Amino acid sequence: MLFFSFETWQITLFSLAVGLASTLLILPFGIAFAWLFARKDWPLKSVVETLVLLPLVMPPVSTGLILLKIFGRRSPLGQWLYERGIEIVFNWKGVLIAMSVMSFPLLVRSVRTSFAEVNPRLEQIAATLGASPLRIFFVITIPLAYKGIVAGALLAFSRALGEFGATILLAGNIPGETQTLSLAIYSFVQLGKDPEAFTLLGITVALAFIFVWCSEWLLRSSKKA
Amino acid sequence: MRLKLFVTILIVIGFVGSAKADEILVSAAASLTDALKEIGAAYQTKTKHIVRFNFGPSSGLARQIDEGAPADMFFSADLPQMDDLDKKGRLEPGTRKNLLSNQLVIVVPADSKLAIALPKDLLKPEVKRIALAEPPVPVGTYSSKYLEAEGLWDKVKPKVVPVQDVRATLASVESGNVEAGFVYKTDAAVSKKVKIVYEVPIDKGPTIVYPVAIVKESKRKEAARDFLNYVQSPVAKDAFKKYGFVVLE
Repeated sequence: MLFFSFETWQITLFSLAVGLASTLLILPFGIAFAWLFARKDWPLKSVVETLVLLPLVMPPVSTGLILLKIFGRRSPLGQWLYERGIEIVFNWKGVLIAMSVMSFPLLVRSVRTSFAEVNPRLEQIAATLGASPLRIFFVITIPLAYKGIVAGALLAFSRALGEFGATILLAGNIPGETQTLSLAIYSFVQLGKDPEAFTLLGITVALAFIFVWCSEWLLRSSKKA
Repeated sequence: MRLKLFVTILIVIGFVGSAKADEILVSAAASLTDALKEIGAAYQTKTKHIVRFNFGPSSGLARQIDEGAPADMFFSADLPQMDDLDKKGRLEPGTRKNLLSNQLVIVVPADSKLAIALPKDLLKPEVKRIALAEPPVPVGTYSSKYLEAEGLWDKVKPKVVPVQDVRATLASVESGNVEAGFVYKTDAAVSKKVKIVYEVPIDKGPTIVYPVAIVKESKRKEAARDFLNYVQSPVAKDAFKKYGFVVLE
């Protein structure tokens, strides 16, 4: 397989597309959770916070196994979806869900930090001037925290690109359909095809470097501001 | 005239009906990737059906099928995974076959100067470390069983470096970090950095079996049966042999 082969580009573009979709999918939820964690106090908050962060430290394969149990045809949810013609397992939707779940904690963590760094007095002042909570959120909080949000999204996107364990269990390793960069590297390593593996590895390293670097740069500049 | 029209319609319907292409998904052990891709491509030129593959570790693939994943056929590198699905009633009765076998071999780094020609040479003091996939990885279980049967296991065991799988075994031999390792012949054939010093005779070695079966819940059993027949055709058998597999008759 050459660097410019169709297969290489298909795998790379597929990974980027699903990774991007997963980041966009989790962005609103991530922002909502991060705000609830940073600004509100509610019962069992620390428990929920810990649960959300769990995929970050759990072995990805075990997260994948849980997802397979949840979305498999033998579970109530999987059955319900199946009857409506929606299949998650062995499908690009499985890749999307695996990537989303695995990258969610990273997004929430960085966005929570950036919300916490927004001075609450600015929000209080806006409130005394008669702005609604929703208006305060979109006009004060989000603009002040946007660098952290973008940095978190970039980090989550990079994590999604590197996802392996949960993806191979939930979505399978189907060339041309659910095979991402990480899964393709695994396949080539299993087959002893080192040159092909290193080609994809090079692409992965380059992409990860760019996105993590941008993310770090944004976080540093947001701290300075 | 009317009859003619009627017949024409029948022919058209018949044609459309028979041209209906089914898409089947075959979950197969990662070690079969090259052989099955080649066989799949050859099959594609002869049929209207479409074959797709899902390659992974046998244990994970069995897990997925157990949870109702929409696979039509399962190609395992090991019997226990297949037995487990069989017991749970996940396989279509009468479709299970032991199709392939593999051979256990001892490999050393390609530039190794040690005189290792027989399993008992592993006892020599200059052989300090031997890479072995950790059981329950099939190749690890097979290798230790074989060494036990040869009465060598107790003395070899202290030298064993347990590694993750066949690929890791091969990698540690290739890099020269171990003096020898046990892998499958199909894996050894791929690497230029190792050489086979001993092939465990098929009758003396453990029975390594790659079973195949159609999944009971498959919605495309006709297409799956068609492909199951094809993987047993002479063309497919030649392809399996080309990649170092032993085809069971």
